[in-house]
Amino acid sequence: MVAHVVETDAQLVARCRAGDDDAWRELVERFSRYVYAISVQAYRLSESDAEDVFQEVFARAYVNLPKLRDDGAIRPWLAQMTRRLCLDTIRASAREASEELPEPAGSDDAIAKLDEALYVHDALATLPDNCQEILDRFFARDESYRNIGEALDLPAGTIASRISRCLVKLKTELEDEGRKPVPAESGG
Amino acid sequence: MRHYDEETLADLLRTLPAPPHAWVKAAQEIPLARKGLDDIVERARADKAFRDALIADLETALEGAGYDPNPALTEAVRERLSL
Repeated sequence: MVAHVVETDAQLVARCRAGDDDAWRELVERFSRYVYAISVQAYRLSESDAEDVFQEVFARAYVNLPKLRDDGAIRPWLAQMTRRLCLDTIRASAREASEELPEPAGSDDAIAKLDEALYVHDALATLPDNCQEILDRFFARDESYRNIGEALDLPAGTIASRISRCLVKLKTELEDEGRKPVPAESGG
Repeated sequence: MRHYDEETLADLLRTLPAPPHAWVKAAQEIPLARKGLDDIVERARADKAFRDALIADLETALEGAGYDPNPALTEAVRERLSL
């Protein structure tokens, strides 16, 4: 059972700048949940609008990555871009419906929570594969014990205890003294 | 340092569901799509017959040249070549 050393955001962005297509795929994988969650949770976009925002965010990120001043600031940069595109989408819908622009209440709090969730997700990526898989399937994909057991070839009766053990590992990783604190959003 | 209990961790893990796989795949293929776009634009500038075919029927010309005439690519070609 091997735990993973995860490349920093800055290292990953540096590889993308160098034209490494594998790095780009990894960057999309790393931030896809974050961008998606901002649009559907903080701004409550429909799936169709969220898809447009999602593709536009990554298309713009790909083109403008060379302009990013601080490679380590990719997360807040993507967050800002996603927020702007969500607001543009909401404004466009309001214009079409001749409505007042709805104020997206609580979006700052929602994004702060997503930042913390991404931080936890980063810590999850350092755990052994079996823990990553089981926690992701149960919590993020909402799969049943039975489905998880079938997919991972494990007795369904052992899933709950495995989840509990993996949560303890995740907690230990997060409480590691050397781990950087939860990041605050800042401009890129 | 923040201390996390299991309930908080579970809540935070639930907060980031995965987007549909097709969305992620499309975003991951942006570099390939951009390279294809550059090739098409370069060829259209060098080859008048290809450019005329693009103007006449963009989707058919792209497909005939071996490209997937998806909406993102056709829109990008239109924009780059001012069609």
